[in-house]
Amino acid sequence: MKQLFIAFALLFSTATFAQSDKYMSAMKANIQQMKDAKTSEENIAVIQKFERIAEAEKTQWLPYYYAAMLKATMAIISQEDNKDALADEATTTLDKADALSKNNSEILCIRSLIATAKMLVNPQARYMEFGMLINKYINEAKKADANNPRPYYLEASNIFNTPKQFGGGCEKSKPIAEKALQLYNSFKPENEIAPNWGKENIEQILKACN
Amino acid sequence: MFSNDDLMKKLVGIITSVFLFSNVFAQTKITGTVNDNKNKPLAGVSISILNTYDGATSDVNGKFFMTTNEQGAFIIEAKMLGYKSATQNISLNKNEIKIDFILKEEVSELKAVTVTAGSFEAGDKKRVATVLTALDVYTTGGANGDITSAIKTLPGTQQVGEQEGLFVRGGAGYETKQMIDGMVVNNPFYSGSPDIATRGRFAPGLFKGNIFSTGGYSALYGQALSSVLLLESIDLPNRSEASASISSVFVGVGFQDLAKNKKYSYGINYGYTNLVPYFSLVKQKPDYFLMPEFHNADANFRIKTKRGGMIKYYTNFSANKMGLRNVDIDSSLLKDAFTLKNNFWYNNVSYRENLGKGWKSLLGFSYSTNNDIIQTDIQNQNNQSVTTGIHYIDDKKIALNSQQNLTVLRGVLEKRISGISTIRFGSEYWYSFNKYLYNNNFTSTIKDHYTAIFAETDLYITNQLAFKAGGRFEYSSMMKAGNIAPRLALAYKTGNNAQMSIAFGEFYQKPEVLQIMNYKNGVHQTGYTKATHYLINYIKNTSLQTFRVEAFYKKYNNLIKIFPDTNNTGNGYAQGFELFWRDKKTFKNIDYWISYSYLDTKRDFLNYPTTLQPTFATPHTLSVVTKTFVTKWKTGFNFTYNFATGRPYYNIAFNNNTNKYEIFDEGKTISLHNLGFSLNYLPNLGKQNAKTFIVLVASITNVLNSNLIYNYRYSYNGLNKVAVTPPAKQFFFIGCFLSWGVDKTQDAINNNL
Repeated sequence: MKQLFIAFALLFSTATFAQSDKYMSAMKANIQQMKDAKTSEENIAVIQKFERIAEAEKTQWLPYYYAAMLKATMAIISQEDNKDALADEATTTLDKADALSKNNSEILCIRSLIATAKMLVNPQARYMEFGMLINKYINEAKKADANNPRPYYLEASNIFNTPKQFGGGCEKSKPIAEKALQLYNSFKPENEIAPNWGKENIEQILKACN
Repeated sequence: MFSNDDLMKKLVGIITSVFLFSNVFAQTKITGTVNDNKNKPLAGVSISILNTYDGATSDVNGKFFMTTNEQGAFIIEAKMLGYKSATQNISLNKNEIKIDFILKEEVSELKAVTVTAGSFEAGDKKRVATVLTALDVYTTGGANGDITSAIKTLPGTQQVGEQEGLFVRGGAGYETKQMIDGMVVNNPFYSGSPDIATRGRFAPGLFKGNIFSTGGYSALYGQALSSVLLLESIDLPNRSEASASISSVFVGVGFQDLAKNKKYSYGINYGYTNLVPYFSLVKQKPDYFLMPEFHNADANFRIKTKRGGMIKYYTNFSANKMGLRNVDIDSSLLKDAFTLKNNFWYNNVSYRENLGKGWKSLLGFSYSTNNDIIQTDIQNQNNQSVTTGIHYIDDKKIALNSQQNLTVLRGVLEKRISGISTIRFGSEYWYSFNKYLYNNNFTSTIKDHYTAIFAETDLYITNQLAFKAGGRFEYSSMMKAGNIAPRLALAYKTGNNAQMSIAFGEFYQKPEVLQIMNYKNGVHQTGYTKATHYLINYIKNTSLQTFRVEAFYKKYNNLIKIFPDTNNTGNGYAQGFELFWRDKKTFKNIDYWISYSYLDTKRDFLNYPTTLQPTFATPHTLSVVTKTFVTKWKTGFNFTYNFATGRPYYNIAFNNNTNKYEIFDEGKTISLHNLGFSLNYLPNLGKQNAKTFIVLVASITNVLNSNLIYNYRYSYNGLNKVAVTPPAKQFFFIGCFLSWGVDKTQDAINNNL
């Protein structure tokens, strides 16, 4: 009987290990695909893969997080008339991540990205409202995790991309980028699938500003 | 026991290997296609086996392919935004499966057509093309931050400069009504002197958006034969702020406070306008013996309710006075001296709430009171009052004290019926009280209780086809009569970002109080005036470009005639077409728009002896507006060019021999060319640590110094003809606007760290 119990326990644990392995390997594969995706078709395919994992797992915030991040990125780079629609979709997805992991610094970073996309629809008219939101989420992200380099990366990158006449440029961006790099150097992602992006971009900013 | 142990070991081995085996080798292939309900392939659809990781994305041909290791009964789903998801049960058992899906399009706000016949919506809303925002008004060259002046660059409007108001498609200025949060506004323009148009009383920044309807407007509104300008007030401001301004004609201070929790805000503003310094520098045609002076104060509070609704209160008080002399038209030795004192107080309370289950309510109350004390005197060369004994000169001596009060109560309920289809219905009540004391001895009081009930539905059949149908029943106690005004519009999507609309509507309006009073001693004898609109339009737009063409036919019935009797026997028509093109894409950093209006209109009303082209209408009107912001210089340059062909003018006078009004002389004014320019310089733009935000504005109207002639007036004997022109050909303005932001988000974060 004892053996049978052990057998079932073993079977069960294999299954869960397998499940968790399956999750990790699927996520790893998707993150790689996300990095390789070039066209919007490829992006949509990866978003949908993340969403399938999220819907199947039900308790993991990360797949929703990556899906929302991709949607926000698509909204930012879109040259078409769909920035608002994509940004709203990103918010819907990110809300699901937020429901599973409250006050998460990484999720707040994506909120800031979405606000950036919203602002870019009509910067002249929307700067007041969304410019304020971008910074609000960056500040909240810093507060939620003081060791997360990404809010500093976003801040440095926003300032870097703002024309000098509007208070942007290297001079103002550099100290924040340096702080971000410092945090990146001491940052250790929780595991292979945890958010771990932005370091290369910070290095590029610092290179451009030297 | 031993054998049992062995058995157990074997069992464990078998179970584990079966598990591994099933994981690796039991693949099932699934292929298929996804089409929409018109059998067109859908790309980018997510096909998923629910509760697994497995799935695929459909390609441009709607085809998909996937493999899965799962076995057993599952649900497979096809999902895409804007479409109803479809599911099918499948059994996975290594046999290849072929599944086809048909997804039905959902009617969604994002994709559906909007009923746009007749209206220009402006605001930063998602669904509608942004045509004119508050920022656009502020940066329209020559508009000097006046909503009406900026609206006059849109098609359908006339370049009438001698009277305030919007003259739309052959209609007079009073045939356009302004509504704030749905409630009609009395006296929306500052009181002024004859033949000089005044500014609107409300600053563009008070409103988050406006809808300018040039015809065929919704059953929710009434009592405007031509057009309505719907102004929607802002909710909570973005931040707390103190502001101050100083300019060539006014000074102002203001403060607004947004609560830390962003649930409520309040604000007050005060402005003082005095034209002494300006008029001493820039010569004016009239002789101002009492320099125009305006006090203007407003206050507001806004509260966000628990369910996301808003309670808003706005009040505006203003007082102004002025006095000016012009040469009398009948005798060059005499002068007409005009003095005006005006007090105006406006209040608007509105309460918008989400009631749940798709219900929304909007309740409103507004009250305004306006008092004008006007005196016209005949003076000699020493500016002393004289009586000539000539009746047509002495008759011009007028003392008028007029009081106009308006109370509006309004309630609208809205319910989502299915998808995005909506019904709205409601009621409104206006109580207007007008009292006139004429030459200190004759009093006339005109009161009216006006009640309306209205209902309207937005019916979306598909994303391609929508109807707006409504009706309005109105009853006025003064008219002792009611009317029913049907409205109908249809919109059809003809292609990507393109749509067509048609609209029909009947519109009624009470005669102007002055028309009744002047000619019939306050005894009411007339009924509603009526206009019937038919319009068709085509719009193609993206967020950066808008093309719009609209054609209309308008029939006027029951217009007021004042001779031989005051009655409703007047009539007329207006027809024409309009083009609009706005483009923020073609030229880098340049936003421009072009409006062209063609108008053919004639009417027989008031003392017109026959059907005539009215003095406020011209066939061709063109506006070109350009705006550019040079980041390097932190400066915006805005040009507006308005062109209109000449307008007719008539000397209509009573012929004592025939006992009729006749045209003794007529002509056409010269064409109107007006180039306006404004410049705004933002020295602290982008300086994130700057405590003060500064905007410097310089503007000039009629840069080319062209002759602006709006009309002609005739002397009593018809021998002297005088051009109606602005008091000065050009208007110059320089101003400095300062604001100090008090960003409490930052405080809140710092306090919590």
